[in-house]
Amino acid sequence: MSKQTVLTGQHFMHGDHACAEGALAAGCRFFGGYPITPSTEIAERLARRLPEVGGVFIQMEDELGSTAAVIGASAGGARAMTATSGPGFSLMMENLGLAVMMEIPCVLVNIQRGSPSTGLPTMAGQSDVMQARWGSHGDYAIVAYAPWSPQEMFDLTVLSFNTADRYRVPVLLMADEVVGHMVERVEIPATGEIPYWPRKRPIAPPNGRFLPFLAEDDDLVPPIAHAGEGYKLHFTGLTHDALGYPDMTATTHHDLVTRLKNKVRDNAKNIIRVDEYYLDDADIVVIAYGCTARSARRSVRLARQKGIRAGLLRPITLWPFPEERLKELAMTVDSFIVAEMNLGQIALEIERIIRGPVKGIFHAGGSMIAPEPILQAIEEANGV
Amino acid sequence: MRKEVRIAGFGGQGIGLAGYILGKALALYDGREAVMTQSYGPEARGGASSANIIVSDREIAYPFVQQPDILVAMSQEAYAKYYPTVRPDGLILIDSDLVTPKDVKGHYFIPATQLAEDCGRRIVANMVMLGYFCVVTNLVRRKAMEKAIDTTVKPKTRALNLKAFATGTEFGTRELSRS
Repeated sequence: MSKQTVLTGQHFMHGDHACAEGALAAGCRFFGGYPITPSTEIAERLARRLPEVGGVFIQMEDELGSTAAVIGASAGGARAMTATSGPGFSLMMENLGLAVMMEIPCVLVNIQRGSPSTGLPTMAGQSDVMQARWGSHGDYAIVAYAPWSPQEMFDLTVLSFNTADRYRVPVLLMADEVVGHMVERVEIPATGEIPYWPRKRPIAPPNGRFLPFLAEDDDLVPPIAHAGEGYKLHFTGLTHDALGYPDMTATTHHDLVTRLKNKVRDNAKNIIRVDEYYLDDADIVVIAYGCTARSARRSVRLARQKGIRAGLLRPITLWPFPEERLKELAMTVDSFIVAEMNLGQIALEIERIIRGPVKGIFHAGGSMIAPEPILQAIEEANGV
Repeated sequence: MRKEVRIAGFGGQGIGLAGYILGKALALYDGREAVMTQSYGPEARGGASSANIIVSDREIAYPFVQQPDILVAMSQEAYAKYYPTVRPDGLILIDSDLVTPKDVKGHYFIPATQLAEDCGRRIVANMVMLGYFCVVTNLVRRKAMEKAIDTTVKPKTRALNLKAFATGTEFGTRELSRS
């Protein structure tokens, strides 16, 4: 394998490998993880590739340790990530909350399989999408993306690192086994064309007074100083003041948790990404993400061939959810169909936003939802 | 144009590599859209193995092969399992050293393992089969396949793999001109 950092060019590439290459292209130089199907190929690839580019790969004792190691590496200034699937993702929830509270940028990849528990280790699922939003205790906000192709496994991994650094927030790449294990064309841009958003860094020198958790800017993101640079830093999961020291009062707690949530909410329009097909005049809108959106796109095309005005809204960011776009659509659209490989999770969010029922095409996981049942739902909605 | 191809055999025959090379040739060197998926399970080693490729002129939505237009069978088990899934007008390419067919309609035979041994190593039977595939199906340009082999296999095995591929194409050209 090439020892280049960025494998510029066209590849016929496995989704998990594209994720690993996206991480390297984004400048990730630390991976701490514990192998688990169907995410193992990410760890395998990075175990070989990271040492080639001067990075560090550690197989940790479990997913708690993996996440802790990633937080530590990032606090030291490295772009860092881990990758897992359902059972490992559950174990990561505790330290995900720690990363949120300490505002440590990091990327957690979940190649979703059939869940709950051990479920279907080698088969696809999309049933961790609400866990991504609410899995750790407390009020907080994270960013989560749902790739639908190996190309997006590359592109959205790069974006995950940039978003994490830009907002000092953990970013979750919520892929699924289908996208992780399929092989397709992936185009990797030239090194200079890989987007790179640097972390906001302190202006004051290390010897002066510096408040590492003071968010003075409108974006609510405090500049980040790295461990080892000379700044006096204190990181804790306890409620803390601008200096980073525990301050367990109701006022400080309310202000801190509100800012952590608003940091994502107020910047949502810059974070949110959607993909749209035939929405201009659509009466019927299918909403689907990840691998399911591939089938949904085909269903919508077939419906159009039959003269039905159907369209597709594909949320690329699951969290924050593209609420405003959906509200706009709800003003003109007659019916919404939600297809997802779980028993109705994102559908609940959509029903909340549009204040009405959706038609759900749900499957608990194990096999990808095919275009036919979605097309049938479109035809039924059209016949009403 | 949209075709579904399933290549099947047993673990260790390089089924996954053959599928990858075909997909790569189509997607990168032949101007097509192509996607590959593999049967994936805890039983993958030693047992049945398959690689599934869809090729199309436009973007491929659903990535799984449902009813192959072309089946390449390199073991009796794989043939028995997948022969019933082939479209009625489909093509079936078999390694005649390893598979006894139920029918001859739509069947194409090549002693791929024997020809690979003649090339030097039976491990390249998959490349012999790809060469034959190229001639019989006309689905992919020979140059595209050669480039995909060239950029995929380890440099020290490049010559052997290309020789095996050429052996398959020569066998195919000879057989087809006879019939």
